[in-house]
Amino acid sequence: MELQTYLLLSAVTFIIGVVGVLARRNAIIVFMSIELMLNSVNLTLVAFSAYLGDVTGQMLVFFVMTVAAAEAAIGLAIIIALFRNKQTVNLDDINILKW
Amino acid sequence: MNVETIFFYLLGAVFVGSALMMVTRRNPVIAALYLILNFFCLAGIYLTLHAQFIAVIQILVYAGAIMVLFVFVIMLLNLSDERRLSEAISFKKIVAGGLSVALLLELLYIFVYRKTDLPTLNAERSIEIGTVESIGRHLFTKFLFPFEVTSILLLAAIVGAVVLAKRRLD
Repeated sequence: MELQTYLLLSAVTFIIGVVGVLARRNAIIVFMSIELMLNSVNLTLVAFSAYLGDVTGQMLVFFVMTVAAAEAAIGLAIIIALFRNKQTVNLDDINILKW
Repeated sequence: MNVETIFFYLLGAVFVGSALMMVTRRNPVIAALYLILNFFCLAGIYLTLHAQFIAVIQILVYAGAIMVLFVFVIMLLNLSDERRLSEAISFKKIVAGGLSVALLLELLYIFVYRKTDLPTLNAERSIEIGTVESIGRHLFTKFLFPFEVTSILLLAAIVGAVVLAKRRLD
């Protein structure tokens, strides 16, 4: 297996995540797409770590996962607070800060 | 074509397929279930790279903890009438699609045509570094400070989540 194959797989899923963030209007699905993008970057890090024989990449994945867990907790709390105030998770309706 | 290669291509296909399904589903519960499938496939792909510890953590933290939180919030908000959420094709979405395709083509160009001498997999070395022993040793020596900072981050996240989700501050 070549390193290139892993990089291509990671690139394709990252783009799927980008499309999800840009095109979907449901806040929870946008949030899940962000997790998908984080995961595809993790795949790149682990692939390089294994191919270069350096453990630093896997350490970085460990920390990325911690940040992702914290981000999920905070993000979902924000979504709950938004839903409580606006009764919707449609991102087009949540536009108070929009100029 | 050995077993490992077949395993990788099978997992890779399900990995990309479940990601696509996740982004296109209308019902958030079904999307969350596809994302869990996606995380399990990713754990399998990590195993083809001999990263055992990361693979186990992927299932425990992502497929276990984070996705339970997602499903819990979806159920809590009772989004059944949100299925009518407008997802029509608009000018904004066409621009978004165009930009994404441009980014994908750039990445493919870099990975396929502009590759310089990429390293090859040293199986023995990669098995050595992926074990719990190796990860633990590095985590508590070279990466001790970031590891301790992580605990402060998690504490801040816990406090923040409680404050944000609380009904009324008093």
